[in-house]
Amino acid sequence: MGEKRATREAFGATLVELADAGMDVVVVEADLSKSTTTATFEKAYPARFFNAGIAEQNMIGTAAGLAVGGKIAFTGSFAVFATGRAYDQVRNTVCYSGLDVKLCPTHSGITVGPDGGSHQMLEDLALMRVLPGMRVLVPADARAAASAIRVAAATPGPFYVRLGRAAVPLVYDEGFEFELGRAYVLREGTDVTLAACGVMVERALAAAELLAAEGVSAEVLDVATIKPIDADTVVASVARTGAVVTCEEHSIIGGLGSAVAEVIGEQRPVPLRRVGVRDVFGTSGDPEELMVHYGLTAIDIAAAAREAIAVRA
Amino acid sequence: MAEGRSPDELRELARRMRCDIVSMLTEAGSGHPGGSLSAADIVATLYGSVLRHDPAQPALPERDRFVLSKGHAAPVLYAALAETGYFDRTHLGTLRKLGSILQGHPDCKKTPGVEVSTGSLGQGLAISNGMALSLRLDGMMEPTVYCLLGDGELQEGEVWEAAMFASHHGLTNVVAIVDNNGLQIDGACSEVMCLGEIAHKFAAFGWEAVECDGHDIGTLVRVLGGARARAEAGGKPVVVVCSTIKGKGVSFMQGLADWHGKTPTAEQAATALAELGCNGEVA
Ligand SMILES: Cc1ncc(C[n+]2csc(CCOP(=O)(O)OP(=O)(O)O)c2C)c(N)n1
Repeated sequence: MGEKRATREAFGATLVELADAGMDVVVVEADLSKSTTTATFEKAYPARFFNAGIAEQNMIGTAAGLAVGGKIAFTGSFAVFATGRAYDQVRNTVCYSGLDVKLCPTHSGITVGPDGGSHQMLEDLALMRVLPGMRVLVPADARAAASAIRVAAATPGPFYVRLGRAAVPLVYDEGFEFELGRAYVLREGTDVTLAACGVMVERALAAAELLAAEGVSAEVLDVATIKPIDADTVVASVARTGAVVTCEEHSIIGGLGSAVAEVIGEQRPVPLRRVGVRDVFGTSGDPEELMVHYGLTAIDIAAAAREAIAVRA
Repeated sequence: MAEGRSPDELRELARRMRCDIVSMLTEAGSGHPGGSLSAADIVATLYGSVLRHDPAQPALPERDRFVLSKGHAAPVLYAALAETGYFDRTHLGTLRKLGSILQGHPDCKKTPGVEVSTGSLGQGLAISNGMALSLRLDGMMEPTVYCLLGDGELQEGEVWEAAMFASHHGLTNVVAIVDNNGLQIDGACSEVMCLGEIAHKFAAFGWEAVECDGHDIGTLVRVLGGARARAEAGGKPVVVVCSTIKGKGVSFMQGLADWHGKTPTAEQAATALAELGCNGEVA
């Protein structure tokens, strides 16, 4: 296994790069600048950094006002608070007004670890995906995260970029450029499609190895943009393989699994299995232990793939 | 930039706006007369005298900004925008109808002159703070962001998060205005959820609070017109707490929570328009 980095590490550093490059970015944080890494930006551009205090609604509202004034406003905090605590602000102010507010909260999913269920956000993709005008990105590694943040800055309108706390293996090479609305075929295969996002991409690749050892050819997609989803790539893949497993560090309700189900349900129905957290809250533990506990390992993905293939056959 | 109007002209503007409010709400058949009428003198004073703005150029960088945090009072804003020339008055008759530029609550994507969409209470002050910060970052020290809130709306926690924020950052380019009509939907604010002394609360949050009669045009011109200078002099954001009467100007609506979100029948509207001295040219 190669180098590991947390996707959140890309946040502050990329913001500094954007400002260095002359982009009119500002940051509003809610007392979590060290954890989210926006402190890096504060250090470089103190006049463009605003701490709202422990007041997430105010964080989103202030960012919205900065965006009304023409700024590209990034917000911090943790995924659970930035989406749940301030949902109405995100809906009624950011999205309804169509503002340049870019939510990039960190600490999404169960890889938050010991802080437990109160802090492990497993419903954020569901909440953000249903908002008109919101684009939802789930980068697979720190390089994809940096690129996704650049895309969010350069593209008008609201964005949600899901970042994580735990160090995870790098999937992409240096220089990877994130394309909005594109799913990446990382491995070609003919028997089953493994459609993954975020930290599950690397696990889907590992699952494909396990399956290959049994003579099962798995195609691996990184569905890095959950919305707008790359329906063409998903449909083309399942048309080749005839079965699909979705893999996400999120509830099986409302996130990638649902997005893929919607696409294939309408355009190309094939057997589907969803690997994700099965409608329960998280719990304290070590991130890797939790991935095993909730069935989010390569072994679980491979098992789901066999089931999907069996149903098709 | 628009010319400031005399007190008499402002009174006439407010009267016409009240006529517009009654007419458009009657035509729409739904909406919020009480809190629109209570704010008519405040909003008329802003658009007719205090705000430096140019209706022909709604995006003029040098303009003062207005945020209607109590978005349900959209009719008072639409009346001011129409009366000062942001769009044609004929739109007023389309309020709340399919395809209208005048949505039930302010929509910045549809209506010229609306800075940001509102309607979910409690959010306007934080947005105004962000707008004020943005102006500051751009070195635009002249424009002021005026934010109108309801008294019931002050029950929302985000208002106080924003109040803390504005004083922490010394946002002297934000002026908050409270339409203190004492009523919300379920009755008197003092009975639903008592706000105590609003001016004291803001003062405790580091603001300079000024109280005034929200229906006396001469006072409003002086207090609202002087709020920014006062903020600069004191180095703190200023809030103007305006004593108002919900439904002001229509005898049978005044002081009644029941007229918060109910529109008049054709007969009631005729009475109201007659009381307001509205001629066919306005209605
Ligand atoms: C967040 C939110 N909660 C509830 C409402 C429904 N609502 C609309 S107006 C209103 C009462 C507002 O009272 P106040 O702020 O005093 O306004 P005014 O009396 O000036 O009309 C309520 C509860 C809303 N628009 N937004």
